[in-house]
Amino acid sequence: MIERDVIILGAGPAGLSAAAELARLKVGKIAVLDREQAAGGIPRHCGHLGYGWNEFRRIMTGPAYARRLAETAGAAELKLGVTALRLEPGGVVQTTGAEGPQAWRGRAVLLALGARETPRSARLVSGARPWGVMNTGALQQFVYLHGKRPFERPVIIGSELVAFSTLLTLRHVKVRPAAMIEAGRRITAQRPGDWIARLAFGVPVLLDTRLIRILGHERVEGVEVDRGNGPERLDCDGVVFTGRFRPENALLAGSHLAVDPGTRGPAIDQLWRCSDPAYFAAGNLLRGIETAGQCWREGQAAARIIAATLLGKLAPPAASVPVQAAGALAYVYPQRLTAEDPIDPELLFFARARAATKGAIVLRGDDTVIWSRQIDALPERRIAWPVSPKDLQAHKSITVSLEPQA
Amino acid sequence: MAEFDRADVVIIGGGVVGCAIFRRLALAGLKPLLLEAGEDILSGASKGNSAILHTGFDAPPGSLEVVCMQAGYREYQAIRNRLNLPLVETGALVVAWNEEQLARLPAIVAQAHQNGVEDVTQISAEELRQREPQLAPHALGAVRVPGEHIIDPWSAPLAYALQGLAHGGRIRRGCTVSGGSFDGAWSLVTERGRITAGLVINAAGNFGDRVEAICRESPFKITPRKGQFVVFDKPAAQLVKSIILPVPTERTKGIVICRTAFGNLLVGPTAEDQETRDVAEVDEQALAMLIAKGQEMLPGLAEIGVNAVYAGLRPATQFKDYQISAQPERRWITVGGIRSTGLTAALGIAGQVGDLVAQHFHPMEESAPTWTPVPNLCEERPRPYQIGGEIVCHCEWVTRGEIEAALTGPLPAGDVGGLKRRTRAMMGRCQGFYCSAQVAAIAEGRITL
Repeated sequence: MIERDVIILGAGPAGLSAAAELARLKVGKIAVLDREQAAGGIPRHCGHLGYGWNEFRRIMTGPAYARRLAETAGAAELKLGVTALRLEPGGVVQTTGAEGPQAWRGRAVLLALGARETPRSARLVSGARPWGVMNTGALQQFVYLHGKRPFERPVIIGSELVAFSTLLTLRHVKVRPAAMIEAGRRITAQRPGDWIARLAFGVPVLLDTRLIRILGHERVEGVEVDRGNGPERLDCDGVVFTGRFRPENALLAGSHLAVDPGTRGPAIDQLWRCSDPAYFAAGNLLRGIETAGQCWREGQAAARIIAATLLGKLAPPAASVPVQAAGALAYVYPQRLTAEDPIDPELLFFARARAATKGAIVLRGDDTVIWSRQIDALPERRIAWPVSPKDLQAHKSITVSLEPQA
Repeated sequence: MAEFDRADVVIIGGGVVGCAIFRRLALAGLKPLLLEAGEDILSGASKGNSAILHTGFDAPPGSLEVVCMQAGYREYQAIRNRLNLPLVETGALVVAWNEEQLARLPAIVAQAHQNGVEDVTQISAEELRQREPQLAPHALGAVRVPGEHIIDPWSAPLAYALQGLAHGGRIRRGCTVSGGSFDGAWSLVTERGRITAGLVINAAGNFGDRVEAICRESPFKITPRKGQFVVFDKPAAQLVKSIILPVPTERTKGIVICRTAFGNLLVGPTAEDQETRDVAEVDEQALAMLIAKGQEMLPGLAEIGVNAVYAGLRPATQFKDYQISAQPERRWITVGGIRSTGLTAALGIAGQVGDLVAQHFHPMEESAPTWTPVPNLCEERPRPYQIGGEIVCHCEWVTRGEIEAALTGPLPAGDVGGLKRRTRAMMGRCQGFYCSAQVAAIAEGRITL
């Protein structure tokens, strides 16, 4: 058994920022394990600008940002090419890799496993299965890590922020997409996606357009779309399915840790603690997707809680109050509140709508309305708001509801 | 057109049936030549099936199909350890979901017994619940078939092909037979030249009737029957132990829930007739229907993600039974209409073909076999990642060494599909998000991604 004070699973923005913060706080021996051969997580293959402002006050490319994160975490032990196979109670992690099977035990384990996009298969898109269909993550690796141009004129499915990363990635290899296709009435991304779209290199953005079928047998030859007037053919030689991120949660499924069916990530309390208090979680594993900067902040915040726990400044979790999503909400997290004072004075709730909804978001403690706000929610945009924990802790249960206008 | 190759025996079609015949004839010293139109073996009907090793309990009594299935079932069990092929011993339950289906269970038991599958019994709703507590509570009873199991549908034919190669057989891929003439020997037309054959065996699957027309007016017509499947992520395999079969109708065995040798759970197939022989498309509505049916029978599926979807084509004909026969004067053997049971029956079919060859064409002399064990992909046996190595495909825990091995050797992967079938790389929940670019880099110059 390899013993460390803290084991961090995942060397992306959340994991590396936690490692840097834990090193700064001098909590002991820290190991960061990552299954890839290089540190940095997803930014490692986002070769365009757009990273680092919040963290380092510089606009950086993904790979430069990934390198910088790894440098800041330099005091921690970084083990690459190590795959976690199982999570066991009490902070025991079974791994494999070039050195063979190993068992690790951390006094605390931080899960920072990240997220990935939903592939074509799980979107149930009709058609044969030709080559040339991929997610943005794979496209970025082809382009930025291997210098390849997998197609000449693809279509981009979706308009979340990552779809604009797809545009930039394609531009890097001088590929002009045939179209960006969005099923909704407007693009999903907020700034800077909207202005990248305006400068979208002459790429038509087709709103209110549904992908119905992929054409071609060996290679993609086109797609069939429906813009409200029945099927139309659009010639292309590739399809990039963007977004609809989901937590990379396979390790949780076989474990003892509680998983929230809404987020598909681990259920945590406001102090980043999973159902087994030896385990903490931060970053995109919690819900799907936020920016690298947000994951970085979360990793840092979780690190402070871990440090406080290991230094004996924070009692083990006592009784907790469940937080439940209701109405048109797909999820809300943290999924429970524990009685201790959180270290941050304000508590952030994050939620997401199941479908585009105009209405009110209402936070209730038992049956009392504590807080409410009118919102215009889109499923791919997060809803976040701060609440003073003092307002919450007297209640037996907390419900957060998105209530459509009558 | 110049002669390009010659062989005493040419097998047309490198599906599971062609590979099993290839093995049988190679073991008998005939040095067969296998021609496959696709860039790799298993490019047609054999690439998409439900991967069940059937007992034949529900096959038509007295049919050639049941004879071949049961012989294939026995031979698979006899050779699988030497070839390192898995057997996931699940058993099956034919579940009745309404009174009408419940009333038909005794007849299913009787047919099983008639087919010699003596251990088939009817069980009560209570016993069913005990065995499969996650099944929806409205199940009324079941027939239990302890001998139905799960195998790896791609490693098995690969192992047959490799053993055939080890015994002097040869395989040409990317070689479509488009015509031929007979003057005591066959002269087959391919795009690369003529191939002279002393005996032709038609195992062309979905193209069986077209290849048959080279020899004679085909006595059967193939109407490919499409089956779509949904593959759920690994946690789904915890939901059931047995294969869950429906009470069959005239037309199809219906929608099955079954684990895979790779630790997933699949739901399917549909049964849709189509004209196209070589392409099977999935369709959104059918997939959504399969998911809904799956959840109806196994409610826990609602919580579990879809990893993959696929469609296979079964070579259905107007006949219920297999079409296996010899035309001695034309030096031709027909192996047609091998439906979804072909994976189980392949070794038995190969035995039948071997008998026809011995009877009409060549003596069959068994030599001591050289065994060609294949890499194991099944979770129930040791896999390389457990020992260690660089893991490239994180969803299926495929090592670089496994990918390299699949690209080398006597029958390296011929295309992306072949690489996936040999290794499982890119077949997991992320479908290549994490590893496809790296797999492409490893395979560069050998296959194109």
